[in-house]
Amino acid sequence: MTSLFQEITPGAAQEIPVREITVMVNGERRSAVVEPRLALAHLLRQGFKLTGTHTGCDTSNCGACTVLVDGRPVKSCTMFAVQADGHDVMTVEGLAGPSELHALQEGFKEEHGLQCGFCTPGMMMASKALLDENPSPTEDEIRWALSGNLCRCTGYQNIVKAVMWAASKLDGGDTEPAEVDS
Amino acid sequence: MTAVDEVKIGGMGASRRRVEDNRFIRGKGNYVDDIVLPGMLHMEILRSPLAHARIRSIDTSKAWAMPGVRLVLTGETMAARNLAWMPTLSYDTQAVLATDKVRFQGQEVACVIADDPYIAKDACEAIVVDYEPLPVIVNPTQSMAEGAPLIRDDKENQSDNVIYDWEVGDKAGTDRAFAEADLVSKIELHYPRSHPSPIECCGSIADFNRATSKLTVYLTTQAPHIIRAAVALVAELPEQMIRIISPDIGGGFGNKVPVYPGYVASILASILLERPVKWIEDRTGNLISTGFARDVYLQGELALRRDGRILGVRMNTTADHGAFFSDAQPSKFKIGLMHSAFSCYDIPNAHLVARGVYTNKAPGGVAYRCSFRVTEAMFFQERMVHAAADDLGMDQAEFRRVNFVRDDDFPHRTSWGFLTDSGQYGKCLDVGLEAVGYQDFLKEKEEAAKRGRLLGIGISTMTEPLGAGNSREYDILGIKMFDSAELKIHMTGKALLRTGAKSQGQGHETTWAQIVAHELGIPAEDVLVEEGDTDTAPFGMGTYASRSTPVAGAAVAMVSRKIRAKARKIAAHLLEISEEDIEWELGRFYVRSQPDRGVTIQECAVAAYSNMPDGMEPGLENVAYYDPPNLTWPFACYIVTVEVDPQTGVWDVLRMVAVDDCGVRINPMIVEGQIMGGLTEAYAMANMQFITFDDEGNCIGSNFTDYLLPTAWETPGFELHEVVTPCPHHPIGAKGIGECAAVGGPAAFVNAVMDAVKGSGVRNIDMPVLPDRVYEALQTGQDVSGAPPVRMA
Ligand code: FES
Ligand code: FES
Repeated sequence: MTSLFQEITPGAAQEIPVREITVMVNGERRSAVVEPRLALAHLLRQGFKLTGTHTGCDTSNCGACTVLVDGRPVKSCTMFAVQADGHDVMTVEGLAGPSELHALQEGFKEEHGLQCGFCTPGMMMASKALLDENPSPTEDEIRWALSGNLCRCTGYQNIVKAVMWAASKLDGGDTEPAEVDS
Repeated sequence: MTAVDEVKIGGMGASRRRVEDNRFIRGKGNYVDDIVLPGMLHMEILRSPLAHARIRSIDTSKAWAMPGVRLVLTGETMAARNLAWMPTLSYDTQAVLATDKVRFQGQEVACVIADDPYIAKDACEAIVVDYEPLPVIVNPTQSMAEGAPLIRDDKENQSDNVIYDWEVGDKAGTDRAFAEADLVSKIELHYPRSHPSPIECCGSIADFNRATSKLTVYLTTQAPHIIRAAVALVAELPEQMIRIISPDIGGGFGNKVPVYPGYVASILASILLERPVKWIEDRTGNLISTGFARDVYLQGELALRRDGRILGVRMNTTADHGAFFSDAQPSKFKIGLMHSAFSCYDIPNAHLVARGVYTNKAPGGVAYRCSFRVTEAMFFQERMVHAAADDLGMDQAEFRRVNFVRDDDFPHRTSWGFLTDSGQYGKCLDVGLEAVGYQDFLKEKEEAAKRGRLLGIGISTMTEPLGAGNSREYDILGIKMFDSAELKIHMTGKALLRTGAKSQGQGHETTWAQIVAHELGIPAEDVLVEEGDTDTAPFGMGTYASRSTPVAGAAVAMVSRKIRAKARKIAAHLLEISEEDIEWELGRFYVRSQPDRGVTIQECAVAAYSNMPDGMEPGLENVAYYDPPNLTWPFACYIVTVEVDPQTGVWDVLRMVAVDDCGVRINPMIVEGQIMGGLTEAYAMANMQFITFDDEGNCIGSNFTDYLLPTAWETPGFELHEVVTPCPHHPIGAKGIGECAAVGGPAAFVNAVMDAVKGSGVRNIDMPVLPDRVYEALQTGQDVSGAPPVRMA
């Protein structure tokens, strides 16, 4: 069983109401017993060990925790894990297989769309939601779609370019694929 | 055979894609909160809701009784182990957990360690603290007022709220310059309190192993070695038994330099419980208790001659450091490098008086994307220059040009004692003016004015000192500000490089390898770079104040040269010829008279382990400690054009042109990334970022809904240009760059708005230049100050 807390203090067990949930995470069915107040971000990070989803504020402002729930971008710090019961969740780890890169991942590297990398998973997930709906967005559309995601390092200009790079690649454009060092 | 192609091997000047990205884009970074140790417990901090209050009692019994709670720490527990107070990096002390009273809202009062963070948080809420409220001081005026309550009554010999009075420059000479001036231009400014707010908050995992007596701490720190020394002092543990590991860091910007109470409490908790203890700060904790920045008031005066020459400068600053003076300062300079202001101008006389005071606000005054107060220095400088040009009725660009230190004047000693060594200030300004279309814009502005539209242009030019040391003048806690690099060339010619710096997004894993490639001809992809582990990295002072490239980067070049020197001896042995007859080209030694006969650096590496000359120590490894002869002096010219809407006070950026001269660029792509990041923070500072307090000391700005950071939507686009003046003393001619735009940028934005509203007679609107302030200024024709009046120190 995958559960958030491997060990529960004796005595705590009766006091804490728990619920079993099942979530499709990156295409895999996963179940957990959780407290109703557990944030989805914490289930993903601590429970499922998917630490690519970051938390930077807990107040729906920074977007570092953005994941896709049924294809829509959601700030997982502000959604309860129980609300994801029966739904489809995609995290940054689900963007591509271990030996591949999604066009967005390539684009972020190629256009230097990240520095510390902390906002990056959330940025890419929000970008994915955009490109899924609008395969060739304008600069303004990209900026607007990412306006719920804060980045302190890059100044956004290269993030916008990264998304355009990915859009062009996905469109079969003549973008040079990023060299992947490892 | 010929030399290897430097661009192909990812050497200097290559916009090499970043190595670290490979893990970050996959969500495989390794930040502190991603680390899980067996048996790990979780810590939460209970913070004071009041800004100034005596603690009558703390009742922790309910917290102790909650299932899953393992330990509750209070000031009393800490005091029993002599850990209630700790030294700061600015020669003050700071409470770890409050014992006597709380001195700012958000101060750490108690900690709960529990099986999971939710339980720990619940238990914090079950702690009952009985406070006796005390009068609250929220600005320097109150702090210095007659009969003001004493904030730091814990300190012997502290009879008022003044932390320091400091003075530098020639007072008499400056007074004379002012007496001779045709015109004196005066301005009062406030650089408001702000917060660096990296997206990752601070945190630690302390892991004390009783069996080995070793303490390992995973920490969000920009300076792991300094922290190791601090922990050794504070926790009284032997330094060899302390290992600080700084894993991936989600941005620092100065916020992750100080030692925070949470770190210390988690360490004690781990020692007491003999289990790993993780503390991850939440955003509110980060915003209300960790190193804020700025909060400095200025009274500035320039003595001017009618022809535009500046004869003298007077600055009088008052800094509000909050309840504990806990940023990091070189010990000689109380207000950091404030006296580096005006370094790009040739001014014969200068005098600075600085005072720092305590208030009931969060502690700090950290260098947020900044070298020890240069951000305030350059902002004050360029606002004073802008006002002076207007007072003289002179063109902004021309006024700067007239006063610039000329290209043939280097090295130039500033009147506050710095030695600037290189630059092409006039050229940078020209590039900027040309790029923005200066003359055309001035015409456009005039035309627009006729139709009631308010356009404005703002210029900011500055050189700033980056890369402390040298060690004669710069130290922290007495530790000299050098840095280090260790290079190990393996037998197969591959390499491992470690430095005493610590990247938080600057891309060291990529750029350091490029320096090795440049010096040795080893392809950058063959060089693995590691940082941040004090058990393996050579001792260094860490990454802040844009010192990585100037200091650690120089150490990388120097250690590579040591390696090359030894490889040359090996090459002589392999080629059976004397060392003097050998030449070096990138990646290869050859016989001078027979260029075809040579050995590659990789062949030398094999020989270092398998076929060294008689009497030579085996191996090809070395370490270099680099103590820079001087700071590096990048120069920048930022030009912004704006349009102000007179109906609403809202201003839009039309153009943002940046010309940066940071010497030789190791990786242009990364340099440009640094500049754009800095420009965004400059824009943010001018436009929105603002941590303010009400009369009761409540922090208004304790989350990202109240403390606004710019998003992709409002952040303007940037146009970047470059000029290259190599640093004369740096081994590869590089200068610092990380903070230039954040330092020089804010004044360009503010100057642009001031230019737009000039017709209304307004000379100053304090940052952040919010629409309501602009609107008020336009309506009243009066300056808008963001601050209470400050008494002269
Ligand atoms: S952590 Fe979810 S929005 Fe910031
Ligand atoms: S890359 Fe650091 S916050 Fe975006």
